[in-house]
Amino acid sequence: MRKMLLPVLLLLAVILLAALPVIGSRALVQDLFMVLCLLVLALNWNMLAGFAGLVSVGQQAFVGIGAYGMFACVILWGMDPLAGLLIGGLVAMALSVPVAFFTFRLNGAYFAIGTWAVADIARLGISQWKALGGGTGTALPKAAVQEMPGIEAIRALIGGSKAAAVDALTYWLALALVMAMLVASWAFLRSRMGLGLQAVRDNPVAARSVGVDPVRLKALVFLLTAFGTGICGGLLFIQIGRISPDAAFSLLDWTAFVIFIVVIGGIGTLPGPVVGVLVFYGLQRLLADYGTVYLIVLGLIGIAIMLFARRGLWGGFIERTGWDLLPLSHAAPRPITPTDP
Amino acid sequence: MIWLDTLIQGLMLGGLYALFAAGLSLVFGIMRLVNLAHGDLIVLGAYLILGIGTATGLNPFLAAALALPPMFALGWLLQTALLNRVLGEDILPPLLVTFGLSVVIQNALLMGSSADSRKLPVGPVEAQSLALGPVNLGVMPLITFASAVAVIFGLNQLFYRTALGRAFRATSDDPVTAQLMGIRPQRVFAVATGIALVVATIAALYLGARANFDPSAGPARLLYAFEAVIIGGLGSLWGTLAGGLVIGVAQTFGAALNPEWQILAGHLAFVAVLLVRPRGLFPRAND
Repeated sequence: MRKMLLPVLLLLAVILLAALPVIGSRALVQDLFMVLCLLVLALNWNMLAGFAGLVSVGQQAFVGIGAYGMFACVILWGMDPLAGLLIGGLVAMALSVPVAFFTFRLNGAYFAIGTWAVADIARLGISQWKALGGGTGTALPKAAVQEMPGIEAIRALIGGSKAAAVDALTYWLALALVMAMLVASWAFLRSRMGLGLQAVRDNPVAARSVGVDPVRLKALVFLLTAFGTGICGGLLFIQIGRISPDAAFSLLDWTAFVIFIVVIGGIGTLPGPVVGVLVFYGLQRLLADYGTVYLIVLGLIGIAIMLFARRGLWGGFIERTGWDLLPLSHAAPRPITPTDP
Repeated sequence: MIWLDTLIQGLMLGGLYALFAAGLSLVFGIMRLVNLAHGDLIVLGAYLILGIGTATGLNPFLAAALALPPMFALGWLLQTALLNRVLGEDILPPLLVTFGLSVVIQNALLMGSSADSRKLPVGPVEAQSLALGPVNLGVMPLITFASAVAVIFGLNQLFYRTALGRAFRATSDDPVTAQLMGIRPQRVFAVATGIALVVATIAALYLGARANFDPSAGPARLLYAFEAVIIGGLGSLWGTLAGGLVIGVAQTFGAALNPEWQILAGHLAFVAVLLVRPRGLFPRAND
């Protein structure tokens, strides 16, 4: 019974989320768009830090590159923003190759600093790109965004202005991205490669001795998460509509918040980021009027989690109840010959 | 001749970066702790000096001297109450705890003192300069550089000439064996972090005297400091000085070409050095 109940509940939640632009207010759609995008970033960072052991403090590099890639496609080459999204993601993935080549030489904590320096290099480098506004940034042409395919159909469905239809479209794309990330992460972690990755995390020496190549696996995760992060960056800035190097490469918005979300929810668990983003959104609504207090609270919660419940809210929940929503472990293979006489 | 001038300015700036980095290098070398809050602790130190100076009317140099004991106590307390609990094989918890600490300190300062940028009033010495042959040298940058060399020299003496330094090195090399010899790593770590914050306070004095600072000034300083530590090589204090000088010289030459390239040039020098020598210029310990 329990086995049937859960997929049904999940399905209902997804349907409800998908119907939101039709039934909910525009402000709520915009809020949840942000939440979904942070969730995509959190799922990506969790794959990196929680499963591949790559604690990156520089993921804002790929958010910014994806966003600027999309802007370049639209402004310089007159392409559709949605095509720009894909190209932005691919550019982020392509650039992650030299970044990996450099940062993978640095082990452990050095890696975090290396990725941070790379992100700052990307920010300063992009600031030199005068065609896209240099250091002050530029805006996405409204016409290009409002002529995206499907906008007219969405207007017919939900009513309201073109801008509301753009919000709805970006919201659905973000929701689709979350679903795709969740399914892809689960499939990847359950696969042979994911098993190898978790083996490396739990015991690198033992993993190597059974033929797992840690560097190859980690590089693969780094590349794939750069792609996901880049697409998410492009999507964020279609909706925001204005870009500047400081906003696109913001350490606080695209990495610090994401790290707190993952840590609070439960690092190294798949549902952890989902729980974390809900807590994050709740806190944000609760403390919205207090500005800096909110960040202090977030920091203190992060520290407390690391001190007292290292696996976060979800990890603690699994430990107490022994019930895992999305189990990643495999059952031990059955012995080939029966042991019973 | 302008190149010589730029080089000298770069070396002076590098001295400041080496000061930022010295405390970090010490802590990193002894307990492999990456303290992401170090930049914010420096800014905290600068505010403390400013506060003491305003309250007592003392010169910033004297105020900094008064700020040293409370900063040492803060470091000791931080290590004992917080960081010792998360140090271990897994590098993630200490990284995340110090990251949280960085956000907390930054925003607490923002709440306590607003986002206005401040400066430490060091008096007439700020504008004075010495003519050394073909180049003019500011007195403040010169004092900064001399302090950096003195601090690194002092830390090295402490590290290689005293019983405490022996305990530092023993714990760094092999904490288990060090415990067998009657050393408590936790206490050694607490003292080390205390000393690191003393050095951070000295760095804060020169940071505040050289340029404006505000509560969000920490992370950028931290990044330069880390680049200096990593370029220099793990556990080598003179290496950290060399790393600071590399970053400083690269930044001033970048700025001489185009003011927008200052920071970028520093980062590129960092990447270039690590591509050639992944373990830094003068690595002492294996990590």
